[in-house]
Amino acid sequence: MKAALGAVRRSFQPWADPAAKPFITFRGVTKRFGQFVAVDNQTLEIFEREFHALLGPSGCGKTTLLRMLAGFETPSEGDILLEDKPLAGVPPHRRPVNMMFQSYALFPHMSVEANVAFGLKQDKLPKSEIGDRVADVLKLVKMEAFARRKPDQLSGGQRQRVALARAIAKRPKVLLLDEPLGALDKKLREETQFELINLQETLGLTFVIVTHDQEEAMTMADRISVMDHGRIVQVASPAEIYERPKSRYVADFIGSVNIFEAEVDNVTPERIHLATTDGFDVACDADIAAAKGQTVWFAVRPEKVRISHAAPADAGINAVAGEVWDIAYFGDMTLFNVRLDSGRIVRASAMNAARIVEQPITWEDRVWLSWSADAGVVLLD
Amino acid sequence: MGERKTLGPRIATWIPYAWLIIFFLAPFLIVFKISLSEPTLAVPPYAPVFESLADIWVKIGALSFANYTWLAEDALYIKAYGSSLWIAFVSTILAFLIGYPIAYGMARAPRGLRPILLMMVILPFWTSFLIRVYAWIGILKPEGLLNQFLFFVGVIDQPLTIINTNIAVYIGIVYSYLPFMVLPLYASLERMDETLLEAAADLGSTPLKTFWQVTFPLSLPGVFAGALLVFIPAVGEFVIPDLLGGSETLMIGRTLWNEFFFNRDWPVASAVAIVLLALLVVPIVIFQNAQARMRETR
Repeated sequence: MKAALGAVRRSFQPWADPAAKPFITFRGVTKRFGQFVAVDNQTLEIFEREFHALLGPSGCGKTTLLRMLAGFETPSEGDILLEDKPLAGVPPHRRPVNMMFQSYALFPHMSVEANVAFGLKQDKLPKSEIGDRVADVLKLVKMEAFARRKPDQLSGGQRQRVALARAIAKRPKVLLLDEPLGALDKKLREETQFELINLQETLGLTFVIVTHDQEEAMTMADRISVMDHGRIVQVASPAEIYERPKSRYVADFIGSVNIFEAEVDNVTPERIHLATTDGFDVACDADIAAAKGQTVWFAVRPEKVRISHAAPADAGINAVAGEVWDIAYFGDMTLFNVRLDSGRIVRASAMNAARIVEQPITWEDRVWLSWSADAGVVLLD
Repeated sequence: MGERKTLGPRIATWIPYAWLIIFFLAPFLIVFKISLSEPTLAVPPYAPVFESLADIWVKIGALSFANYTWLAEDALYIKAYGSSLWIAFVSTILAFLIGYPIAYGMARAPRGLRPILLMMVILPFWTSFLIRVYAWIGILKPEGLLNQFLFFVGVIDQPLTIINTNIAVYIGIVYSYLPFMVLPLYASLERMDETLLEAAADLGSTPLKTFWQVTFPLSLPGVFAGALLVFIPAVGEFVIPDLLGGSETLMIGRTLWNEFFFNRDWPVASAVAIVLLALLVVPIVIFQNAQARMRETR
C-alpha cells in the first residue's frame, strides 16, 4: 500500500505538464495594510491534490496569502481563482475551503463531537448523517474515545487532531493549514507530519500549508513556495529547492550552506570557472548566463564537501586548505567547522560510517576541503 | 523558621475575614437579634432578648419568631416582596436588552477607541447617585424636558404622566444600574478570541448564526454577572421608588423604611431585612453553583 502511494507520488507532477489546469490561481495579488505591503503583486498556481507549502520567516506574507484564500482578507489588487472561478466577493462562510488554525480555535463551550459537527450542521445535513460523518473523521484522527470531552480537557496533540478533524469533516476542496504543528513537541511533530501526508493521500484533497519550519515543508510538501518580504522567490519541489536554489536567500533559508563570493573567470558551455575572494578557484557544472568578470556566489552544502588530511589529486581547483576550528559530533554524522586562511569558517559534514577510524580528524588539524564539479551551484543573486 | 515565613501571609488572608466578621457578620447578628424581640416604647425601641449570659439558655428555647410569622400573615409584606422581585426582574431584563448591544459595540470598536467608550460608561459615577435620580424628576415631570420635547415634535397634545408611576421606577433603575450590566458584559466580550469567529465563518456559519452559536454562549458568564449586579441592588432599592415612584409603587425598601422610621417597629423592620437577605442569597448560590458546574464540565 505504502509502496503504491510512493509510486503515485513520484509521478505526480502536474506543474510540469503545460496542458494541466491549475486548481487555485493567485493572479497578480497584492495586499497592503496601510503603508505596509504584505504581499507584493504575486502570481502562484496550485494544482489539484497537490500538497503545497508556503515557507518563509515570520512577516514574509505567507499567512496573508492563506487568509486571502480563506476569505478573511481581501486582496488590495489581483484575483484569486478556484477552479477558474474568481473568489472575489465570496464571503468566508461560502467558500469551499476549510482552515486549520494555528491556535486551533476550537470552540471552548462545545464538546469534541460538537466542534467537529459544527461545519456539517451549518449545511443542514440530516442528523444521522452528521453523526456518521463525525464518527468517521474522529476515527480517522484516532480521537473517537474523546468525543464527549471539552477542548480544555485535551492535550495539545489531541486538540491538534480535533482541529484537523473539524477542518476535514466538511470534505473541503482545499484544506488550509496555518502552522499546524507549531505547538507540538518535536517527536509528536514528526509523527504528525507523516500522518498528514497519509491523510492527504487518502482523502485526495489539495493541501496548502503555511510554515516557517523548512524541515516540515521539505518532509510534507510536493512543492514549496519560498517567500521573502511579500514575494515568492522560488516555487519548486523540495529536492529542487535544496539542490538548485535560485538565490542566496533560498540556499541559506533551506538547510545549511557555505556561500563564497566569486568573480567569473571563464565560461564554457558546460562549465563555469570562478575565482573566489577567499583565494581558491572553482569549476562548476552549470549552464548559467554569466559574463567574465561578473560577481557571483558559489554555494556548496556541508555534506557535499569532503574533508581529509591528505591533499586531493588536483589541489588547484575545487579544493581549499584550512584548520579544524570546531567539531560537533551528532552520532550518525560529524560536522566540522574549518577555518580557511582567509579567516572564513566553512562547514563540512561527514557520515560516521565506520566505528573506529585510524587517524580521526581532530581540533587544530590542518585539513583539505574538496568537492566535485557538480557539488555546488552558482548564484547570480 | 517555616512558621515565621507563613505568619505574614496568614495575617494577610485573615484581614478580609476580619473585615467580613466586623462589618457584616456582627451587624447581621445584631439585626437578627432585634428581629426576635418585642417592640417597646423605649430607647432603643425594642425589648432585650436576653438580659444576661445566664439568661441565654433559658430564653433560647422560647425565642419568639412572632415577627416572622407576622410578615407571612400581613399581605402587604408578601406583596412588597413580590413586587420588588418583579420590578427588579423586569429591570434586569431591560438592562440586559439595552446593555448587551452597548457592550458588544464597545468590544468590537477600534482598539484605540475602547478606553474612551469605557470612560463614558463609568463617567456618570462621578456625579452623586442621588443627584442623578433627582435629575430624572426634572426630565419626567408633566412640564419636564421629555414632555416639552414630545410637544415640540408634535407626538403628543396631552402631557404624559410618567413621574410617580412604575414606569418612572423602571427608567430610574435601568438608567442607574446599566453600567453594572455593561461592564461585565464588555469584559467577557472583549477578551473573546476573534479567531473563533473566523473559525465559525470558515466552517460555513453566517455572521448572525455565529453570534448565537459562539459569541453569545461564550459571553454567558458576563450575562450572569451583570444580571446579578443589577438584580440584587434593584430588589432592595429605596431611593429610586421613593423619588420617582408613586403610591402604587410597592417596594420592600420603602416598606422597610416606613417600618423603621414611621412605625418605629424595629423588630419587624429587622425581620423584613433578614428575609430580604435570605431571598437575595438564593440567586447568588444558584449562580455560583451554575458557575462551578460550568467549570467542571469544561
